[in-house]
Amino acid sequence: MLTAIIALAVLAVIFGLALGYAAVRFKVEGDPLVEKIDALLPQTQCGQCTYPGCRPYAEAIAKGEADINQCPPGGETTIIALADLLGRDPKPLNPEHGEEKAKRVAVIDEEICIGCTLCIQACPVDAILGAPKLMHTIIEDECTGCDLCVPPCPVDCIDMVEIKPTPDNWVWDFPNKLPNQLAALANRVSAAGTGGFRDTSKHDAAAKKTGAGA
Amino acid sequence: MRRLYNFPGGVRPKEHKRESTAAPVARAQLPDKIILPLHQHIGVPAKPVVNAGDRVLKGQLVAEAGNNISAPIHASTSGTVLAIEDHAIPHASGLPAPCIIIHTDGKDEAIIGYGKPRDAGILTPEQLRHAIKQAGIVGLGGAGFPTYLKLANEGKKVGTLILNGVECEPYITCDQMLMRDHPIDIIMGLMIMQRALGINRAIVAIENNKPKELELMQEAIYEVGTPDIELVQVPTVYPAGGEKQLIQILTGKEVPSQGLPMDIGIVCHNVGTAYAITRAIEHNEPLISRYITVAGSVAKAQVLHVLVGTPVSHLIEQCGGNRKTLSRVIMGGPMMGFALLDDEVPVVKTTNCILVNSVVSDVPLPSRGDFALPCIRCGACAEACPAGLLPQQLYWYAHAKDFDKVQDYNLFDCIECGCCDFVCPSQIPLVQYYRYAKSAIWQQEKEKVVADISRQRHEFHKFRQEREKHERELRHKQKRQVVEGQSTQDDKKSAIQAAMERVRKKHEHSEVSPKNIDNLTEQQQKLIEEVEARRKKKLEEIKPENNQ
Repeated sequence: MLTAIIALAVLAVIFGLALGYAAVRFKVEGDPLVEKIDALLPQTQCGQCTYPGCRPYAEAIAKGEADINQCPPGGETTIIALADLLGRDPKPLNPEHGEEKAKRVAVIDEEICIGCTLCIQACPVDAILGAPKLMHTIIEDECTGCDLCVPPCPVDCIDMVEIKPTPDNWVWDFPNKLPNQLAALANRVSAAGTGGFRDTSKHDAAAKKTGAGA
Repeated sequence: MRRLYNFPGGVRPKEHKRESTAAPVARAQLPDKIILPLHQHIGVPAKPVVNAGDRVLKGQLVAEAGNNISAPIHASTSGTVLAIEDHAIPHASGLPAPCIIIHTDGKDEAIIGYGKPRDAGILTPEQLRHAIKQAGIVGLGGAGFPTYLKLANEGKKVGTLILNGVECEPYITCDQMLMRDHPIDIIMGLMIMQRALGINRAIVAIENNKPKELELMQEAIYEVGTPDIELVQVPTVYPAGGEKQLIQILTGKEVPSQGLPMDIGIVCHNVGTAYAITRAIEHNEPLISRYITVAGSVAKAQVLHVLVGTPVSHLIEQCGGNRKTLSRVIMGGPMMGFALLDDEVPVVKTTNCILVNSVVSDVPLPSRGDFALPCIRCGACAEACPAGLLPQQLYWYAHAKDFDKVQDYNLFDCIECGCCDFVCPSQIPLVQYYRYAKSAIWQQEKEKVVADISRQRHEFHKFRQEREKHERELRHKQKRQVVEGQSTQDDKKSAIQAAMERVRKKHEHSEVSPKNIDNLTEQQQKLIEEVEARRKKKLEEIKPENNQ
């Protein structure tokens, strides 16, 4: 009886120490979930999600206050990535927050600009260059296309211009959805027996038997 | 006799090679316009060194290499540079890109030294690589990787050189015809490569459906080659000509996942590249032309010797194709090629085949996305995949746009050979899904870099706002203190005193002091005295008036 109590007490002390050590040794700084969510967001800092920037939105998602479908610039890819991270089902973008658009950059019409610096103050990534009463210009590479500089401009000289696709940033089309099967069958019938490119069934059968290759 | 190995999968499509090999190779007619895209190789685009209006000669450098992974571009014929502007290029996107457009003058006048034989025997490996780089030679098998980079053998890592004359894709016959016409030049090019790499061992691989070329190449090896060059017949199965598959057939070794043949001590070059090297080294001709197969629904399918930059429409017309009935023009073969959206695009260094489809007769293609049926999970694609991947899994994840998972299944080891498309009973355009997923992943990676920069900039923006707010408050506080402290008269006086003191000190320390009345000559002194006297007189004249 006594040995059992002592044994359990000793075990309790050992495990207690081990847990206590682990708590200190493997202490997690901050909330890593917020970092992970923030890393998936597009960092446009546009505020369309109703939060003032991407990080506050990430915090809200982590707390469960915001849904994962509130980011129009990120669009479908971001929603899928967030759903994957959080183990939820992806859902379509909430239209209240806007719609997914092609990436754009701001362009200042330098003829009209009066140098009021209001857009500079609005830019969340300091991508506008200029000084009071001097012409402003956008650093195109740094612009996230967030639209925040457009409303403050008193002379309406900022345009959002879509980035033109080039062979370098072009993405292959997503293949068409499965079309109606009748069309496919019709094609199959018309293609049969034409001796076309695919008509090698005999060769294939032979190849499979002998093992394709040498 | 070398023991050959197998690679997994593979298919045997109808070859369709006889149509274009019946007639001998013809020279393509000179077009009115030559269009040279600045980016027709892997690496950074070339930089133009000519301007609109310049007259250029055949073989003249028109664009230099952008950096170390790039290739220069030379004028294919003589003429005048019309413009350097965006023009449609042979790219699946159909988007325009910067090109040098040359109006040809029909004289085909070459620069001095073009085609002049030179003794290559005295060149060191380093000089050979340099000459190959200057000639703008890139891998002509299709990828367009700058060749000189694949001829460096640092640390003697490379032990075997493979010359790829397999050309396994249906319809394409340009390498076959090149081996028929210039076997000696190809073997000489191979030997130049051997010297550049500093190795003796070389294997020339040719598919056994080309007996004539096998014989010609064997004769050429006897004539100019060394006993170290081995000619190997490989079985006719698609894609035996894929670099990784060919290496596996010849050596039994597999190129590691996402690795290069260099990692297992092998380097692989195309026969067309070897020929281009001989022309460049022995004859001082940069890469400005190549053999291209024109096949499909044209009156006369054949292989043409084409200047780089010739518009595709020009070649189709020469082969008796009707531009009005074109339905689809494919650059490359039916398995791996891509459809052109515009037949005014030029052929580039890497173009090997133009496959013409018209509304009258369509070349059947393996993938026809318009008629896809649901996947029945038959597994035929996995049996056919020469890279040993699971095409069905890749398809599901690419379809669901789950880019992490699709990479877990080694999407980037897919060579896009089209075997899975070919065997798919549901005719699902599988390769199109993989191409979509690959390009979307690359795009996402680029966007991620941009997003990281934006995050940093936004964080700095917030930090700067905070700092400015703090500084403003501090400034206000100081000003308030100063204003409150200066309420008494004495303080004000002392402040004025201090200010005056500051000014005086500044004057003392300033280096510039009025020195125009020091060291005057006698004449100047006299002039000054005269002026002073005049002034005095004037003052005296005025004074009495004032007193009145």
